[in-house]
Parts: sequence; C-alpha cells; structure tokens
Amino acid sequence: MTKVSMRKTLSTLAATGLLLGAAGSPGFAQSRDPAYAAARAAGQVGEKMDGYLGYVTPPAPALRAVVEDINIKRKAVYAEKAQANKATVEEYALTSGCLLIAQTKPGEKYQAPDGSWQTRGAGAPMRDSRCP
Amino acid sequence: MRNPELTRSANPATKRAMGKDGFQFWLRHLRVLPLMGGLALAGCISVKAPDKPIVIELNINIKQEVVYRLAQDANNTIESNPDIF
Repeated sequence: MTKVSMRKTLSTLAATGLLLGAAGSPGFAQSRDPAYAAARAAGQVGEKMDGYLGYVTPPAPALRAVVEDINIKRKAVYAEKAQANKATVEEYALTSGCLLIAQTKPGEKYQAPDGSWQTRGAGAPMRDSRCP
Repeated sequence: MRNPELTRSANPATKRAMGKDGFQFWLRHLRVLPLMGGLALAGCISVKAPDKPIVIELNINIKQEVVYRLAQDANNTIESNPDIF
C-alpha cells in the first residue's frame, strides 16, 4: 500500500469514526475535560495498571477534583460493563488498564508492572504479563 | 540445713535514701547495657535489595484468560466514552 492511499484510508476511517461517535453520543460532552487533557499531556497524571488515573506529581485541588470525578465515572462504567460480561469490576478495570496503557501516546505517563511511573516512548509500554 | 531466719531479715526495715537507691538502679542498668547491645546486634536482620525488579502482583486472582475474554468489550467501552478515558 502506498503512503498516499494509506493516508486516505486512515482519514476515511477517522471520518467514519467521527460520524459513528457523533451518532452514538447522547450528548455533546464527548471530549476530555481541558484540565484533564492538559495534565495528561504535561505528565501530571498517568494511566495506572488498575484502569484508573493516578497522580505522577501532587495535584492541585482543582485537578484532583477533575481526576477523582473521572475515576468515579470510570468505576461506574466498569461496574456496569463487568456485570454485563459476568466479570468482576476489578477484572474489567484491569483489562481496561491494559488497553489504556497500550493506547498512551509518546510523552504520556503510565504505570509499569513494578509500580513506577514511566513515560511512554515510541516503543511498546511495559505492561502486566496478563495483558492481551 | 536451711537457715530458719525469715528472708532478708538482715536488711533494715526502713527504706534507704532515694539517691543511693536510684544510683544503684542505674548502675545495674549500665552493667546490662553491653549485653543488650550484643543481643540487638545479634537480632539484626540484614535486608538485601533483590536483583530482580519488584513486581506488584495486582490482584493475583485475575486470570489472563479473563483479561483476554474482556479485552474486546473493554476496547469498545473505551472508544465509546472518550470523555473519561
């Protein structure tokens, strides 16, 4: 496949995704909170192994509130989906953690299996041995 | 044969002066000090850093097969909730 056609395919995929996302979204609040996005990009928060966000550096109260809110919402989603899949919340959360760490972008922080915070590089992140 | 006298009958019935008593008390402790030090040294546990990295086994009960089974669904969940992931 040539580079140009690949780019075309990718943009088509992206457009499809956007359309599907727009069609499937119940509201308009479908993007990250700006404070969360900024903190994530700055490496202040990272993806933990357990499927929740963690603080790499001590957070300001405002950021803490945003992140705690996201983690509560995550837990609610995990709980609902875990029940639908006859799994425990922890199992579903850990699985999500695997995927979320895999999806981090270079420069973002993630928690390695030894518990340390790592900066995502160009290569694959260090993940739990059970991760798919 | 045993001494029929009551124990410590030779000691005076009155209490000794406090200063002297206190001094003897501390003297006794000073004598025990090296012994205690020796015991403390003998009881020391040496902790060596392991050569392998410490791995936190995050909920060891979660099996790999469960993670694999849930992966596709979890991926869909993440994609459909971009505001919290």
